[in-house]
Amino acid sequence: MTPVEPREPVATAPVGVVLEARNVIKRYGHITALDGVDFELRSGEILAVVGDNGAGKSSLIKALTGAIVPDNGDILLDGQPVHFKGPLDARKLGIETVYQDLAVAAALDIASNLFLGRERRRPGFLGNVLRMLDKKGMRAEAERSMAELKFRLPSIGSAVEALSGGQRQGVAVARAALFAKKLAIMDEPTAALGVRETGQVLDLIQAIRQRGLPVVLISHNMPNVFEIADRIHIMRLGKRAAVVSPKTHTMADVVAIMTGAAKFEEPAASASR
Amino acid sequence: MNSASALSFGRMSKIAARFVGTPSVGPLLVLLAFGLIFSLTNPRFLATQNLSIILQQTVIIGTLAIGQTLIILTAGIDLAVGAICVLGTILAGKLANSGYDPIAAMGLAVLACSAAGVAAGSLISGLRLPPFIVTLGILGIITAALRLISAGGAFPVTDEFLGWTGNTVRLNGFIVTYGVIIMLLLYGMVWFLLNQTQWGRHVYAVGNNPEAARLVGIPVGRLLLSVYVLAAFIYGIAAWLALGRIPNADPNALQTANLDSITAVVIGGTSLFGGRGGLIGTLIGALIVGVLRNGLTLAGIDPLWQDLVTGILVIVAVALDQLTRGRR
Ligand SMILES: Nc1ncnc2c1ncn2[C@@H]1O[C@H](COP(=O)(O)OP(=O)(O)OP(=O)(O)O)[C@@H](O)[C@H]1O
Ligand SMILES: [Mg+2]
Repeated sequence: MTPVEPREPVATAPVGVVLEARNVIKRYGHITALDGVDFELRSGEILAVVGDNGAGKSSLIKALTGAIVPDNGDILLDGQPVHFKGPLDARKLGIETVYQDLAVAAALDIASNLFLGRERRRPGFLGNVLRMLDKKGMRAEAERSMAELKFRLPSIGSAVEALSGGQRQGVAVARAALFAKKLAIMDEPTAALGVRETGQVLDLIQAIRQRGLPVVLISHNMPNVFEIADRIHIMRLGKRAAVVSPKTHTMADVVAIMTGAAKFEEPAASASR
Repeated sequence: MNSASALSFGRMSKIAARFVGTPSVGPLLVLLAFGLIFSLTNPRFLATQNLSIILQQTVIIGTLAIGQTLIILTAGIDLAVGAICVLGTILAGKLANSGYDPIAAMGLAVLACSAAGVAAGSLISGLRLPPFIVTLGILGIITAALRLISAGGAFPVTDEFLGWTGNTVRLNGFIVTYGVIIMLLLYGMVWFLLNQTQWGRHVYAVGNNPEAARLVGIPVGRLLLSVYVLAAFIYGIAAWLALGRIPNADPNALQTANLDSITAVVIGGTSLFGGRGGLIGTLIGALIVGVLRNGLTLAGIDPLWQDLVTGILVIVAVALDQLTRGRR
């Protein structure tokens, strides 16, 4: 295999960096899932994260969203250090995530799942004092946002367990799109999807970017990644092996770095070339 | 078949499907079936007087089953349900009998019950111990403590306030105790919480998929704690209702409360795996247990047979739950 030339130096300046991680370490017993990983998401970009199974992609995004608390390292939002104690802290700051296992409650209906954890209350006495849910309002909003995704779905009142795997993924994606205010992170959002639905999710990701929000997309689907990503973060063995641009690198290059067949030189070394 | 009749047939099967799909319909049919059998075998069963007795007999288990429903909805189980309630009756009775203001005595007893819920909830949510073991331990502790306190014996509780829930009103010749009314009010209030508030939504979410609930930002630990405390508070109210039914505090009472309350919940269609079911089913389930015990008593059958039948019933109900779950 030929070594891959780094043709686009990775910027280290924090200009326009929305979310950043430095030297994050996470161990599960004697397994090191994250071995000092760095991460950088710039404003308005679609950043793909790729890597083999077990490379640490899901662990990385969980550390970024407070779903796991890293053993070491710093996470910065808009240049400010943040310490998420749980997923709620990240959600409150407008970071929405589609987790790989979707985080849906199977027996609850689509609308309830879309608003899970951030249910709306009725206005006035009923909501403020009796704490009544605004079921109608949430249903209407759910209809609207599922229509935006253009997924074929049974009624909005059907339980999520009655949906196909792909339709469930659609619910999780729609939820992230509905609530993202700062950025969205999607862990393999198209893994169970057909060609048409994959295209719809990719459209939605681009629509989120149109709103000015950066998106992190984890995917094993290289053609998809090359279709929409601005930059590609390559994970290998719990570390960031490289960040490359789809304009300057081929799929073969990315796969080579991912599998360790090719080495990517340190950004500092490449910058000095 | 012409198209018009095909259409109406389609619509009818749709209506039927919705009707059968409604989770409380199954339990309702079981209740009606038992009622039919008992009324055919014994004419006294359907007498107004007997029906109001069934309601009164259902009050304690029916109230305890509200708390048990909440806990089972979170995929937990409460084996201390009867013990906590008995704790309430003994404490209230002892305090009132030794000259405390009866309202304060009952209040303290309800608080003590709630404290048992705090203990169970903290161990389950904080240390992540299995609810089965925690509540079994609490059952052992409370049972032993009560026998020590009361030196093993039952004692009469004659205070008027403590017995107040046994008072009756007459509705068209149908005698209803205040206790029945309080139970129904509790059902209404907790139904509202479960079905109309964020808290209730979160109870279902945690029972369905606790990890998903955590990831969307629901404070799972705090929610579980609140469920165990509310349940134990309701057991405390049930203690008051129990004193209204029988003016006697007995450390050995309510031995079958675990079996009966779990049976009521499960027959009522709430899944032991959590996240599915609800209170309307539980009310019907509690009535089924009440009808069964009453009908068998009227038939002159030994109470031990009632436990046996209830035991079979709960196993059948769980088996059905398991089977339908497998289909999903
Ligand atoms: N909860 C956990 N307990 C123990 N080990 C874990 C846990 N979660 C992840 N790991 C380990 O951490 C490593 C990284 O896992 P991670 O899920 O981040 O990989 P991934 O890159 O997302 O893989 P995939 O492409 O299969 O989703 C793996 O070796 C995995 O076994
Ligand atoms: Mg993963």
